[in-house]
Amino acid sequence: MVEKEIEEKVYKSIIKTIKDTPLEEFYTSGHRTCQGCESALVMRFLAKAAGQRTIVIGATGCMYVANTTYYSTSWIVPWVHTQLGGSGAAALGTAAALRALMRKGKIKQEPINVIAFCGDLGCADMGLSGVSNAMTYDYNLLIVLYDNESSANTDIQETSMTPYGAQTSFSRPGKQRRIMKKRWKKSVVPMIIAGHRNIRYAATMTPAYPLDSINKIRKALAIGGPTFIHSLDPCPKGWDYDPRFSHELGVLAAETGLWPLYEYIDGEIVYNEPTKSIVEGRMKRKPVKEYLEKQGRFSHFTEEDIEHVQRMVDEMYDEWEIPGVMPIKSLNVKISDK
Amino acid sequence: MTEVKKLVEKEVLMNGTQAVAHAAMYADVDVVAAYPIRPYTEVMDTISKLIADGELDAEFIVAEGEHGQFETVKHASLAGARTLVGSSGVGWLYGMEAIVVTATDRAPVVAIIGNRALDDPGAYGVEHNDALMVRDVGWLLVWVDTAQEAFDTTLIAYRVAEDQRVLLPLGISMDGGFLTHSEQIVRLPPKELVKNFLPPYNRGKYLVHPDNPITVAPQVNEDWVMEIRRQHEEAMERARGVIVEAYEEFKKVFGRYPGSTNELQMPENPFVEPYMIDDAEVVLIGMGTVSKPMKVAIKNMRRQGYKVGMLRIRWFRPFPTQDVIKYLANSRVVCVVDRDYSMGSPNRGGVVYHEIRSSLYDLDQRPRVINFIGGLGGREITIQDVEKITKIGYEHRDTPITKPVYWVGVRGDPW
Ligand code: SF4
Repeated sequence: MVEKEIEEKVYKSIIKTIKDTPLEEFYTSGHRTCQGCESALVMRFLAKAAGQRTIVIGATGCMYVANTTYYSTSWIVPWVHTQLGGSGAAALGTAAALRALMRKGKIKQEPINVIAFCGDLGCADMGLSGVSNAMTYDYNLLIVLYDNESSANTDIQETSMTPYGAQTSFSRPGKQRRIMKKRWKKSVVPMIIAGHRNIRYAATMTPAYPLDSINKIRKALAIGGPTFIHSLDPCPKGWDYDPRFSHELGVLAAETGLWPLYEYIDGEIVYNEPTKSIVEGRMKRKPVKEYLEKQGRFSHFTEEDIEHVQRMVDEMYDEWEIPGVMPIKSLNVKISDK
Repeated sequence: MTEVKKLVEKEVLMNGTQAVAHAAMYADVDVVAAYPIRPYTEVMDTISKLIADGELDAEFIVAEGEHGQFETVKHASLAGARTLVGSSGVGWLYGMEAIVVTATDRAPVVAIIGNRALDDPGAYGVEHNDALMVRDVGWLLVWVDTAQEAFDTTLIAYRVAEDQRVLLPLGISMDGGFLTHSEQIVRLPPKELVKNFLPPYNRGKYLVHPDNPITVAPQVNEDWVMEIRRQHEEAMERARGVIVEAYEEFKKVFGRYPGSTNELQMPENPFVEPYMIDDAEVVLIGMGTVSKPMKVAIKNMRRQGYKVGMLRIRWFRPFPTQDVIKYLANSRVVCVVDRDYSMGSPNRGGVVYHEIRSSLYDLDQRPRVINFIGGLGGREITIQDVEKITKIGYEHRDTPITKPVYWVGVRGDPW
């Protein structure tokens, strides 16, 4: 029953080819994002995918500072700012207001999408508890983490999403200690799906795969309830590469296996795009070197550093119980043997 | 016109927090965001029960912390919902970032602040510094001193905050313990009449809805912040008139003055409560329940021949400057009792003290102002304390002030 309902909702929401995407734009000119900014593309996709009956809430971050200059906002749908750590609570408040006002007959009854977006600093760090709280309720809301792997609007500082070894102005290779970012990137989607039993849809995406991205947003909104999408967004300024390679880097992140693309639908993991082929053994992962060497933030890397990253990625696919998703290995002990 | 039918008021025993919760129910709030901290929490306990019993139809969100709690109601309010929220002490401070933007986003959220000391050290008792943290950022702030006033002021709060001329959040402060948890008789008006007093919340052109695709709180930088702050300040100023209107309308609709349980002692100024002030040489000033020992002490002192009166500050923002001048201009000495402090401030005094001194500064003939810091962390300010304060004030009727600030009853201090 549940499966059928999901299937139907997913089927209805899916766009088959890029030519079938709606022409209307609800995130349009007027913004000041950097050339080649993939996060801007995420905004465009989510507005396009959601359509006009939508309220967008944006937490402080690049996409606030660069997108909503007074008198030249790039949003055609209603847009509201929330504080850096506020996206979960703001989405909850908006969704709760709509539900109460519709139930009580104070506004017209109709489906209205509530989407909140937040950067890695706001979502994965200080806002995480709020996002988590939003995921425990049953309101229809989507939270999008647009992850440019740094605190980009304050000039590229380290966050918990910054990848291992990357240079930022908080993690500089110095004379004594060459690599300062020693922490491995947090896995947000697995944390969300493992910890919030009632959510029925969560996904990773990167705008290098537009159709995949648009469809994930549409599926999340169609399935409803609290939903979550984590998007990896190449950022020319923070990652230090020529803006024309944004798309290529997104593709490489997926093809090297560093950024697995998958969705969680009602208890099941579905792999997408190259990740699907990788997990199914139809495609070999590209060496992470190809991805790392194209970015200035890794320019201090030695062969050992690259090897370390490669080892970690290999482990993700060869040893994890759910490849690329859950950092869990199964014990080779049968419970009954104990 | 509003028609006061033969609808009778109900008398119920309830404490300050329950009174606020019931008023919010009468106001038909749509979204409530809760997070526990003593002593405000019982507002939410009560609301939860009212929802469970089918008396109120509202979304009840349990937030992950006060920051989320206040973001939730801010956004619900921007989307057109009438909201209730609240906190105490350090909880209120934990939400401060969201609390500040609630004001700058002009969301007419109504919050109850069960005043509590700030940690460390931990204390549940009353201290006013928590609520006073928002005195400069565009929240309307009112202090109540009885459960009746808490109930009535909550209805007034929605009316004032949501008025299109105002659109500002409003904090109803009440003394932790002394009012949040002490039960008193509250006269509940007939529910049917509330509709006559409180219009539905209408955000007009500022509503966040797909039919009205506005952008709220975009980046403005140096280009516009000055103008926006000025508009905010002007709304605060307009609130004065709206508050007066609301009190008058309240009287018309419910047949009694807000806060009064007894028509015989109807106070007639919304902003301040004067008590035996007409011929007073020494006037005691305080906010909240300190008015209780003050009133008793004043009666005692009057019997002994002291011409002493009281002015309780009810609305703190907007500050009732003109009323303060009106009632204090003819007094000789003003004794401000602060249940708060402002460390390192001029004379090392309290917050209310400075507001009062500042209000009186332009008078040609100024009364002398002495400050008493007392009752911090929930310590009682006794009738004896008030009598002593009065006597110190009395001594300075003709002599200059030697000591501008006293701490009331601190161990090891001569008091
Ligand atoms: S710094 Fe990066 S994320 Fe921010 S606008 Fe520029 S490219 Fe986009």
